[in-house]
Amino acid sequence: MATYVFTAEQLAQIEAIKSRYPSVQSATMPVLWLAQDAFGHVDADVQQLVADTLGLPASHVHGVATFYTQYYKEKKGKHVLDVCTCLSCHISGGYDMLHHLENRLGIKAGETTPDGLFTIQSVECLGACGYAPMMQITNDVFVNELTPEKLDQVIDTLKKGGSPDFEPIGLVNNRETA
Amino acid sequence: MSFDWKTYQPLLIPNIPGLADIKVYEQHGGYVQYKKVLGDQTTWTPEAVTNEVKSSGLRGRGGAGFNTGLKWSFMPKPDGGPRYIAANGDESEPGTFKDRTIFEFNPHSFIEGALIAAYAMRITAVYVYIRGEYRSWIRMMEKAIADAYAAGHIGKNIHGSGFSTDMYVHSGAGAYICGEESSLMESLEGKRGYPRVKPPFPAQRGLWGRPTTINNIETLANVPLILRIGAEAYSQIGAKTHPGPLLYGISGHVNKPGVYEFPSGMPIETLIHEVCGGVKGGKKVKAVIPGGSSTPPLRGDQLAGVCMDSDSLRTAGSMLGTAGMVVMDEDTDLVDVLTRIAHFYHHESCGQCTPCREGTGWLEKTLKKIRRGDGTPRDLELLLDICTQMEGRTICALADAAAWPVRYTITRFREDFEARVKTPVHAHA
Ligand SMILES: Cc1cc2nc3c(=O)[nH]c(=O)nc-3n(C[C@H](O)[C@H](O)[C@H](O)COP(=O)(O)O)c2cc1C
Ligand code: SF4
Ligand code: FES
Repeated sequence: MATYVFTAEQLAQIEAIKSRYPSVQSATMPVLWLAQDAFGHVDADVQQLVADTLGLPASHVHGVATFYTQYYKEKKGKHVLDVCTCLSCHISGGYDMLHHLENRLGIKAGETTPDGLFTIQSVECLGACGYAPMMQITNDVFVNELTPEKLDQVIDTLKKGGSPDFEPIGLVNNRETA
Repeated sequence: MSFDWKTYQPLLIPNIPGLADIKVYEQHGGYVQYKKVLGDQTTWTPEAVTNEVKSSGLRGRGGAGFNTGLKWSFMPKPDGGPRYIAANGDESEPGTFKDRTIFEFNPHSFIEGALIAAYAMRITAVYVYIRGEYRSWIRMMEKAIADAYAAGHIGKNIHGSGFSTDMYVHSGAGAYICGEESSLMESLEGKRGYPRVKPPFPAQRGLWGRPTTINNIETLANVPLILRIGAEAYSQIGAKTHPGPLLYGISGHVNKPGVYEFPSGMPIETLIHEVCGGVKGGKKVKAVIPGGSSTPPLRGDQLAGVCMDSDSLRTAGSMLGTAGMVVMDEDTDLVDVLTRIAHFYHHESCGQCTPCREGTGWLEKTLKKIRRGDGTPRDLELLLDICTQMEGRTICALADAAAWPVRYTITRFREDFEARVKTPVHAHA
């Protein structure tokens, strides 16, 4: 069993989080996020740490962690590629993008490459429907208007240790390109 | 409409570079309305502010379209205890991607609006709930709120007015249902997002058992504008019964998808063929979902004269919802699209109510069967039957949101479904 501990700095952050709410229980989600950022996932051991730190029952923390899809209940690849296949992305080729990634990485949606570098997931609408098809990388940056070539570039960048930048989309009413 | 969209100057997200910066926002009249209210509390009593918003006609931009000032007036009299606003930036309904443009380009208009609302309802803390996937935008909002604290707009005894309030961001973590207001409150309380049975309503018993008002991000971003130009002038913008500027999020098969700001009530055909540069490849429109995936689709051949306001859309047989419009061209396989929508609602049902938990599953399963080519004409009747058993029988409106697209896609595009229950075609996994 892996042992996880929060650093003094993280514990101070947790105190700051608690001070924002009238009940300790409300800190559950932000502290799960903090833990996931620190350890890469919130498996049963990390959930126990969160529960102990907040003085809440482990069953409560487990219940919350399992309700929300963005918490990783087990270890995932270093880069989690969440390809949107929902309504607008679907009609704009979202599944083609997903299948391109599956072919390129030799795994299916929901799986992780043997080298532990990539996990692919097919996800619901990410709130970027006008920039479809799109994906999100490891709960963070959005990559818009995907093409197979753009996907290949992203994979190459991630393999080299880089990360795609935040893509500005321009002020409203000023959109020039499709 | 004599309105010329080409010369329209956006009001909610004005075309000012760098407006997300608090200094730029203040140079362009930012926080002036808020200070005006705080500085003259005899004229601008909390009731006067609420009445101004009420008479502006502003209606919620989160989907249900309730009169905002009226909602504020439901808050009970202050009793000295805490009172809350939960600002709804969950933005998870497929086809909806507008609130993020406020976070990115004009976050302070939202913050100022939320603070004016906080003053009007004597709120002690505002929680800004933002979907967890919007991490980039959460960072932007955290910075904007920190800047507003530093400028003295939030905190204790703000600008010496005697009014105090706090503002915090709370990140979701991937659950569509948390956009439903009572689920959102459960999530803020650190629990699984199970919607609550109403009554009691949030104004009576909301967050941590205290009076709470839930408003959408775009709704609150309209408030400084109302105070700047006055309720009367605001009520003249766009459609009479649903006035104001509106963020239209347009996606699907158009040449220039994106978020556009225009007055409410824009004709759908103008939005598609002029604003968005027409349908890709010059194709015809087969179907339009006007306001997010839960709103009934309209037929492409019945769009003439239909406008993006609640009355016009009701007459046409749909709803304004979130004004997240999805355009589908003539080659779109609606059986396939509807199956994908059904999958979404099945995936997102919280499972508390039997009609929703079971119904969303049956809708998806039956549609998959039809898509595979194994469906029979009886399955179409079965689908409509399931819808009837789901509508209006559950704790929250997710079950209705799941049933409406099924009911209206089947009844309005019956020929597509009938052809499919006879001719088997295979599609995506
Ligand atoms: C299943 C479901 C999901 C919802 N999702 C959202 C959402 O993402 N954002 C939002 O503002 N309102 C959403 N709503 C509507 C809210 O419950 C609520 O009516 C709204 O936030 C009130 O704000 P408004 O009056 O300013 O529109 C949703 C409702 C339901 C039933
Ligand atoms: S209608 Fe569906 S989502 Fe809403 S409370 Fe019931 S089961 Fe949950
Ligand atoms: S449908 Fe993919 S981002 Fe909305």
